[in-house]
Amino acid sequence: MNRAVAPPPPTVTPSHAVTPAEVTYRAQVEDLNFYYGSFQALKNVNLAIADRQVTALIGPSGCGKSTLLRCFNRMHDLYPGNRYEGKIQLHPEDMNIVGSNVDPMQVRLRIGMVFQKPNPFPKSIFDNVASGLLIRGIRDRAVVAERVELALRQAALWEEVMDRLSQSAYGLSGGQQQRLCIARALAPNPEMILFDEPTSALDPIATARIEELIDELRNDYTIVIVTHNMQQAARISNFTAFMHMGHMIEYGATSEFFTNPQHEKTHEYITGRFG
Amino acid sequence: MSTPGLSSSRFDGYSEARLLKRAKWSDGLFAVLGLLVLVATLLVLGALVADFINDGASRIDGDFLTSYPSRRPGSAGILSAWVGTTLVMIVTAALAVPLGVAAGVYLEEYAPKNWVTDFIEINVTNLAGVPSIIYGLLALGLFVQTLAMGQTILVAGITLALLILPILIVATRESLRAIPQDIREASFGLGADQWQTVSGYLLPAARPGILTGAIVGMSRAIGETAPIITIGALTFIAFLPPSPIQSSFPFVNFDWLNSPFTVMPIQMFNWVSRPQAGFHINAAATGLILLAMTLLMNGFAIWLRYRLRRNLR
Ligand SMILES: Nc1ncnc2c1ncn2[C@@H]1O[C@H](COP(=O)(O)OP(=O)(O)OP(=O)(O)O)[C@@H](O)[C@H]1O
Ligand SMILES: [Mg+2]
Repeated sequence: MNRAVAPPPPTVTPSHAVTPAEVTYRAQVEDLNFYYGSFQALKNVNLAIADRQVTALIGPSGCGKSTLLRCFNRMHDLYPGNRYEGKIQLHPEDMNIVGSNVDPMQVRLRIGMVFQKPNPFPKSIFDNVASGLLIRGIRDRAVVAERVELALRQAALWEEVMDRLSQSAYGLSGGQQQRLCIARALAPNPEMILFDEPTSALDPIATARIEELIDELRNDYTIVIVTHNMQQAARISNFTAFMHMGHMIEYGATSEFFTNPQHEKTHEYITGRFG
Repeated sequence: MSTPGLSSSRFDGYSEARLLKRAKWSDGLFAVLGLLVLVATLLVLGALVADFINDGASRIDGDFLTSYPSRRPGSAGILSAWVGTTLVMIVTAALAVPLGVAAGVYLEEYAPKNWVTDFIEINVTNLAGVPSIIYGLLALGLFVQTLAMGQTILVAGITLALLILPILIVATRESLRAIPQDIREASFGLGADQWQTVSGYLLPAARPGILTGAIVGMSRAIGETAPIITIGALTFIAFLPPSPIQSSFPFVNFDWLNSPFTVMPIQMFNWVSRPQAGFHINAAATGLILLAMTLLMNGFAIWLRYRLRRNLR
């Protein structure tokens, strides 16, 4: 294990170097196992999520990235037969997100999610972004309007939709819908946002806009992002975690991760030899 | 113009021309068959309506709509029948729609997925196939005799509501099931609870489908004769139920629910079974108006569904 390997060719250049000294952790995954019925999809996963930084989850298809991400907001609870073992400690209050005594709603109110496929509600643009606020009982029209505008501005969508807020969200393009979903997740001001391959269905220009957006969000939010694209992981993340067949293989600062991977599997993956 | 080394047939074992020909042929066959069936159905319906119009249209005038039944065909009218049908339909809709939607939502979104739920589901589907006279017998035994509620508008409304409940439950479940799972994930992902998800996102999206179920159910109920006769609705009613609106406080009055009544299909049935030709003309006229009432009701529901769809997309 942990054999030192030769650095890969410099195909990817990390752009957000952090020195470990300045890092505080927002969440810590400890010995997490997850089961879809009898199938174990996560095997003893350990991972720390840095506060107000971007953590990228990479790995070959089917390795468990989405499964891990969806543990963070208890999405698995929507389906019968799923089971968690272990902990995801949410700091500072040390709440175990996947604990059976924790109500999934309590977790989801604090941790937002953006899905791989844009999934706006069949409602107006405004109502979509306002959804999270209404769910939290915020009904003051002025406050809602203000937070909707702010979220749309943060998601770099305001200019495009400001004069058609009352029109259906289904009239937007795929990339616009994805930014709308990001605005919807931002509006209630969560502590952490989970992104599951948010750009996989988008063209390079829309992708660039969303990457810029994530870059700005890192100042205020803790972000975990699943991506298939190693260049993207290198461009936008501070930390990268590599998974393989339900195991967490390697985890570290993105700069280190791509230039000096510690594990042979990681090296093979980032040099494109498998996956 | 052939490129050396490239042959035009890339695979063996099939011929593109034959596949195309077969596809065209089967498409054409199906289109012709479909058209034939459609035309045949429409012809039968058209003949029926034409016959009604031929027999009864000349009989319809203001007097026909505002007179009570009478011994003389020329002065008989359907006032009590159409008022009765309207009131019974109001009771039916007021009971069947909320109950059916609530039951459908419970079964689809709340009930644990186990054999009990499966058992209930199978039975609900089977209930939709029970002959309507059985519902009439149930109502006669339970509401009219055991509970002594009388042969009233309320009892008729309850009976027809029970009759069409399975249609509404199934329609609600199907339209909830057709909503993409990612809408549920989006809602729960924002921190919504079950009820916020159902009322805020699922029911609005399911509304057009539920309305379609309501149209089908109400269209069935409005023409039902057997269960209404079974509970003992009168065939000769020369008065109207008490008005639902009154001039003194509290301005609404529910006495009409306990009033005897008759409905359009019974009035028709009654007239058809008389020997005089004049009553047969009355029956045809009544049939035309019943048809018009059904179309009106459906038209309203379709308009509502169209409005909702437009708001959704
Ligand atoms: N609902 C489910 N029931 C059973 N097994 C599942 C379910 N969802 C995923 N799996 C299995 O769990 C494993 C991890 O799946 P997951 O979706 O987390 O992979 P992933 O890393 O996100 O892959 P991709 O990059 O293709 O999205 C896979 O082997 C998959 O087949
Ligand atoms: Mg995935």
